[in-house]
Amino acid sequence: MSTFNPKIIAFMCNWCSYTASDLAGTARIKYSPCARIIRVMCSGRVDPSFVLKAYALGADGVMIAGCHPGDCHYINQNYKTMRRYAMLHHFIEQMGIEKDRLRLVWASAAEGQYLAESIDQFVEDVRKLGPLNWTGVWEDEFRSEEALEEIAAEHAEAMEVQA
Amino acid sequence: MNEKKKKSKLAMYWAASCGGCEIAVLALNEKILDVDAHFDIVFWPVALDAKTRDVEKMADGEIDVCLFNGGIRTSEQEYMARLLRQKSKVLVAFGSCSHEGCIPGLANASGRRAIFDTVYHKTPSTENPDRIEPQVKTKMPEGTLYLPAFYDTLRTLDQTVKVDYYLPGCPPEADRIWDALTAIISGALPPLGSVIGAETTVCDECPLKRTEKKIKKFYRTWEKIPDGETCLLEQGILCCGIATRAGCGARCPKVGSPCIGCYGPNEGVHDHGARMMAALSSVIDSDDPEEIARIIREGIPDPIGSFYRFGLAASHLRRKKEKQIAK
Repeated sequence: MSTFNPKIIAFMCNWCSYTASDLAGTARIKYSPCARIIRVMCSGRVDPSFVLKAYALGADGVMIAGCHPGDCHYINQNYKTMRRYAMLHHFIEQMGIEKDRLRLVWASAAEGQYLAESIDQFVEDVRKLGPLNWTGVWEDEFRSEEALEEIAAEHAEAMEVQA
Repeated sequence: MNEKKKKSKLAMYWAASCGGCEIAVLALNEKILDVDAHFDIVFWPVALDAKTRDVEKMADGEIDVCLFNGGIRTSEQEYMARLLRQKSKVLVAFGSCSHEGCIPGLANASGRRAIFDTVYHKTPSTENPDRIEPQVKTKMPEGTLYLPAFYDTLRTLDQTVKVDYYLPGCPPEADRIWDALTAIISGALPPLGSVIGAETTVCDECPLKRTEKKIKKFYRTWEKIPDGETCLLEQGILCCGIATRAGCGARCPKVGSPCIGCYGPNEGVHDHGARMMAALSSVIDSDDPEEIARIIREGIPDPIGSFYRFGLAASHLRRKKEKQIAK
């Protein structure tokens, strides 16, 4: 059996974490290719809807990475990230998504090694959970053209009687 | 002006909804006479004795405007949505249910099995020893009987057919309905696909006093009596006004009851609840992860119900994922 390679979306802040991933690259540190990194100006830019949309479009896990608390380039926005993360955790749990599919990591520009390890760890944790498969979770086995055709046929019959 | 102007044809239909939208139309009061002056109402099951087959016999696009309220939960509702789409020039998703799912869409937090269990078996007033449930097909000696299929997930109208305009609200306020109808009569319609309504939030219409928001603890409505002057959210009462489209005149917060978000997300926002979460997170007054988690856990025991009371079906995730049963 081939191993499951989860699709991970990783939002990284421009000033610390993205630079850390850059550092990991220049230092030739190997980390999992499962993470698709999206650079944002600040982890505080990550609206909860980005995360939810990622799941809805087929991501198996979402990582948010930003500067350490107190180090934010925009003074205190990463504290908002911290709270949004808590809020999202609370919400996705109720929606039936495992908590481990969302992770917040603080990595400074110097922590390339740490960021690479965190990505590997996250990929490993999501791999254990298996695919999320959210896309099409609303598809219905009942939603069949057959049922609609039956209604149409019934109505056509009624109309014939009328005429 | 001897010749009488030809009237436009108006239809109104309901799917998975409560019927409040129909009543909201009557809240137009005497203006309903103006509606009658401009429109021939050709199909409105609540008020008129017109049948589905009358609609089926119409030419495509014969109805000028169709106000469709309610979400799509059964195959019959989907059939009607498709039929009315075909027969209408302009299809308006009328009210929160067809716009974003509303309370019927909140049932997406469970599924068909759970709904049937509650409705046909578990309620205290139900006696159903034979465990009878509605079937799509039932064979009887006289022939086969059909019932519409009940879908596992409620869909909004625009997840089913193409929608031209949206009129938000649970129900839409009479003034907004009138605005929309006059826009249609005068032909001054906004671009296709627009939500007909304000482009600001309930806070803009709310008279309560606002300063900087800092929240240490959320209160449920029964835990606190609002002081009547300060912003409800600043008092710790979870009010959705910050992320909800204006148009209602801030009716609820004005009388000390928090906004529950019935007008849906503001212009340019897809996911109402996500916007609420983003906004609320900004005002929680703590920088300590454990304290933050506690404030949220204790203050908001039901995030779906608090943030997605009206918008679950239209949100990114659309429904709760039920535990997969091993086959």
